[in-house]
This record gives sequence, structure tokens and C-alpha cells, in this order.
Amino acid sequence: MRSNVARFRLETLPDLFSTLELMAREPCVWRPFAGGTDLMVLFEAGKLEHRNYLNIWHLPELRRIEETQEFIRIGALTTYSKILAQSTLQREFPLLCRAAAETGSVATQNRGTLGGNIANASPAADSPPALLVYDAELELVSAAGARWIPYHRFHSGYKVMDLLPTELIHSIRLPRDKSSWRQHYRKVGTRKAQAISKVCFAGAVDVSGHQVREIRIALGSVAPVVLRCTKTEDLLRGQTVSPDLVQTARNTLAREIAPIDDIRSTARYRTRVAQNLLEEFLMGLGESA
Amino acid sequence: MPEAGEKVTVACSINEKRVTLRAFPMERLLDVLRRDLQLTGTKEGCGEGECGACSILMNGELVNSCLVPALHAEGAEIVTIEGIARGEELHAVQQAFLECGGAQCGICTPGMVLAAVNLLDRTPSPTDAQIRDGLSGNLCRCTGYMRIFEAVLHACRATGIHK
Repeated sequence: MRSNVARFRLETLPDLFSTLELMAREPCVWRPFAGGTDLMVLFEAGKLEHRNYLNIWHLPELRRIEETQEFIRIGALTTYSKILAQSTLQREFPLLCRAAAETGSVATQNRGTLGGNIANASPAADSPPALLVYDAELELVSAAGARWIPYHRFHSGYKVMDLLPTELIHSIRLPRDKSSWRQHYRKVGTRKAQAISKVCFAGAVDVSGHQVREIRIALGSVAPVVLRCTKTEDLLRGQTVSPDLVQTARNTLAREIAPIDDIRSTARYRTRVAQNLLEEFLMGLGESA
Repeated sequence: MPEAGEKVTVACSINEKRVTLRAFPMERLLDVLRRDLQLTGTKEGCGEGECGACSILMNGELVNSCLVPALHAEGAEIVTIEGIARGEELHAVQQAFLECGGAQCGICTPGMVLAAVNLLDRTPSPTDAQIRDGLSGNLCRCTGYMRIFEAVLHACRATGIHK
């Protein structure tokens, strides 16, 4: 049943500083509200337990995309549509653009934000596997200042994050060091559009001939958090890709992930698909770029 | 700062008319349009951003009005299905839906038309894949989609842009 709208507060303060000040003065009272593509669904279903929200949608400080030689820094309020339209992201970060294109529909992409996708902390989210592969770092801000944290350390359990009640995600920083790597993204869902993933795979590898010099593998919907598969990476690093190696990697991956049965799929199916996606990625390395 | 339970004033433009609304800040823009402004062309389907029946244009972007809180309409330029025709003259997309049988029960049609108008504004000569992608957030349970896709192509030809 729909929530009683009169019991919810959604306040707007003039700028980022005053927003953070209020969050510091009244910790745990206020939570941020950006594009609303997740929160409004819960609201409509009567499942939005928290009542007091601070509107951050209008804050220009959280919308900027900045580039240096080493990094691209994406404001947390950057929508999927803006990601898809950004030329450096198109050229150097195809996994993130694929994830943005496969998130919801045009209407969702116009309102959903990268920071929101991170803070909603769904293990089935589409962009986090790409962010893990790209060694993303998050800038978290509060009235007390800013701190950076590697994204792979941000989620520590189902919907558990290293984010204080006084903090906002300000931006996401990606090093520009993998554009020459072979990259692969594939989301498997019930239908091609508007589906939440059963399994989502992102991988990037720096190969020389068939030898793996460096590699990143991350999957969604296979654990309580979106998972960087470091054991599988460790197995593959320095090795030459062969059918035997692929089989060993499949086995390692199956031990590293922890999928569950839920409304969208089963643990057995997810394990098999995750292994197949890894194999597809590795066997694709033999083909010309 | 208003306490819970207080409505706020929201000033915006809807179909090129300046409007001042009183609404709860979290109220769905969909409800404000249909109930307060009697703009009932915008439909409610799923209420969770899956079906596109409530699609509107907000600041030139396609959005699901069921997922937009009324507060976010402040200062916005909104176009609903009622603002697509010019008086009695239908938009090329509306005319094409009529001619191609792109509408049956009609619940998805306003959203489909807005998604198609939005697509053609950005991509005047879309490929079949771009049409499917542009309308992928709009579900139809009657037509099987083919007549809708034909209608979009027909609209391109009618405006003389599609070769």
C-alpha cells in the first residue's frame, strides 16, 4: 500500500555546504534524495521506512565531470544519460557506458545517478562491476571535510557501506590507465531491456599475446555485495590462456562467488552463467581486437 | 522549515502555461498532474518506473512522472501528452499512430507518443535498433509493438527527414 505522503519531508537547502551542515547538526535524521528512481519505488510500495529527506538533486557541485591526464572525476549526481553522452567515458570507459545503457530505460537513465546506484547498494546494480574493474575511488564529503576511499572497500555486507550518516558521495574518480586493455561487459537478465540482472559481468585484461599481464574481474548478483573476484584474478595473472586454465578459472570463480536463490534466479543457474561469462571473456582474448 | 504534513508551493510551466501548485514535496508528479490539474492523458501503469505509461517531458528530457516528487517540478518546463498537438493539428507522431494502428486500448499510447517524440527530437532519422531502444521503457500489451515501430518510421517519413 502507498505511503502517506503527508508524513514525509523533502527539504531543499541552498547549497552543498548548508546541506552538509544540517546533516552534521542532526545526524541520522536526514538522508539524501537525488533522482528518486529507487526511493520513489519504495515510497509507492509503502516500504520507505525513513521519513526525512534532503533534496540534493539541484546541487551543481555534485554534477561536474572533470578530467586530468591521470583521472576522470565524475560527480555523484551524474545521470546515466550524461555518462552516455560524455566523450572520454565513451572512448576510455566502455564498461561504464554499457552499464549505463543497460540500466532501466531512457526515462530512468535521465533521472538515475551514478552516486545513487552506489549508495542504494544493491548487489544487482549494473554500474558497480564496471567501477570495480576500473579501480574507482570515492570522494566522501561531510561538514568536517573530505576523504577518499577505494571503491572495492566501500561495501562490506548486504547494504552495509563505509558511509557515515553525515557524509555524501561527492564524486567517483577513475584512473585513465586501462583504455588499451581488452574489456568485456555482459548483463544477463530476463529480457533485453528494463530487467534487473540475474548475473552481471565486467572484466578487463592487459594481455601480451595470450599472456595475462594484469586483470580485473567483477560480478553483480552473485554475492551480498557486488564482488571483485580477486582469487580468480590471482589465478589468471601471469598465465597464458588455454582451455585448461579456463577450466581452473571456472572452478576458482565458483568457489569465490556466493549466489542465492531469489525471485530472479537460482544459485545454481547464477553460478553456471557466471562461469560461462568468464569463459566467454577469456576465450574472446584469442580473437583479434 | 516546514514540518511534516505541510504542502509547499511549486511554480513551473506545464504545456507552456505558467502554473503554481500546492503539493506535498514527496507527492508523485503523476498524481499532481492527474488529480490537481485534470491532465488525465498521463496514465498510471505500474507505479514503479517499469512501464512508461506516465512518461512526460521535463526540461526536454523523458521521465516517468510516477518517480518524480512534486518538489522537483519547481522551475521545470513540463510537457504532457496534452501539449503535443498544436490546437487541432496533431503532431506527426500522433498522426502516424492513427494511420498505422499504433494504438489499441490506449493506456500505453500517451507514453509511447512522448517517448517517440523525445526519440525523434534527438535522433531525427533513427535505425530500427534506435527505435526499439528509445521505446524500450514503454510497455504495450495489445499491439505486439510492430505497428508502433512502423508508426515511428512513418512519422519520420511524414516529416520528410527519414530517407
